[in-house]
Amino acid sequence: MKKIILYGVSGCPFCHKTREYFKNKGVNFEDIDVSESPEKAKEMVEKSGQMSVPVIDFKGEIIIGFDQDRLEELTEV
Amino acid sequence: MNQVYDVIIIGAGPAGITAAVYAARKKMDVLIVTRDIGGQASWSGDIQNYTGYQFISGPELALKFEDHMRKFDFKIKENEEVTELISNNHVKLIKTNKGEYRSKTVIIASGKRSRELGVPGEKTYKNKGLTYCATCDGPLFTGKDVAIIGGGNSALDAALQMLKIAKKIYIIDVAEKLKGDEIMQEKLRANKKVSLFNQYRVKEITGDVFVKAIKIEKEKKVQVLNVEGIFVEIGLMPNSDFATGLVKNKIKEIKVNQYNATNVPGIFAAGDVTDVPEKQIIIAAGEGAKAVLSAFHYLNTNR
Repeated sequence: MKKIILYGVSGCPFCHKTREYFKNKGVNFEDIDVSESPEKAKEMVEKSGQMSVPVIDFKGEIIIGFDQDRLEELTEV
Repeated sequence: MNQVYDVIIIGAGPAGITAAVYAARKKMDVLIVTRDIGGQASWSGDIQNYTGYQFISGPELALKFEDHMRKFDFKIKENEEVTELISNNHVKLIKTNKGEYRSKTVIIASGKRSRELGVPGEKTYKNKGLTYCATCDGPLFTGKDVAIIGGGNSALDAALQMLKIAKKIYIIDVAEKLKGDEIMQEKLRANKKVSLFNQYRVKEITGDVFVKAIKIEKEKKVQVLNVEGIFVEIGLMPNSDFATGLVKNKIKEIKVNQYNATNVPGIFAAGDVTDVPEKQIIIAAGEGAKAVLSAFHYLNTNR
């Protein structure tokens, strides 16, 4: 699983920021709205061990919230 | 590191951003230090009282503010939390979780944050069933039983949002009567999913890895409700803890005069972190403009 996945909901500002951040960096990612899929919501909770959005699965590394510093480190590589 | 800015603006909500835009137009040398951009406006629902927009959502308005700010070439330190503010006569020192900055004037526009319950289990279960943002995390509780703490508009708004998705909704409020708008109360009362617990206090939040139950109390009688989600909507607290040398009112809002000056020369404050009588986006924005113009005049007279 070498994908980048964003788990979020539409009304959440930090999900939006993450989305914009990836777009600006030209990063391809899968954009999942967990409010539309209980299974994906469950998957997100299982991966992150918590229940707040956004969660980013960056090629296997789980980031909780819009952590710009961490994302920068990962996208630089 | 040794640079001394004309002004450091703490916070980038409506007050901080407006202050920054005005500062840029005055050609002041600005640094913005902030935890996030947009502030509480980002979390608001529909806004119908910001002049020029008959209708706009909170996140959209916040993005427009941000776009306006980004038109200028500001130095912005985002994701930084101010921990200390020290005033040495003409130079103010600001310490954050990541660095130290110096300036001749400061505008505190750090806004407010959600008030916490202060009960056992709250910290343990934060983001593990307990949340302060129903708009964000609500959808994760589809088909589950949830508790909403509070009786004001934000609590009722959260309850209404959950009507479509949760199985059962318990509204727990310390007051005798809900304070939120009657029209919202009616909708909630008419729905069988909703149970009201007036004059109940939250005692404890329990669970395993995630929330499993909430303990509430009325007249020394304890009751346990099995819930998987808890939405805390009990109002706001000013982000003024770092401003130790400033005069504040009883609820820790920074006191300012009509020029947005605090009791310390060169330190100004604006928006919801202050004791300005009304907390509105448009008022915060206006206060931000006033504060930075005061700072500008201060710089001109204290060179």
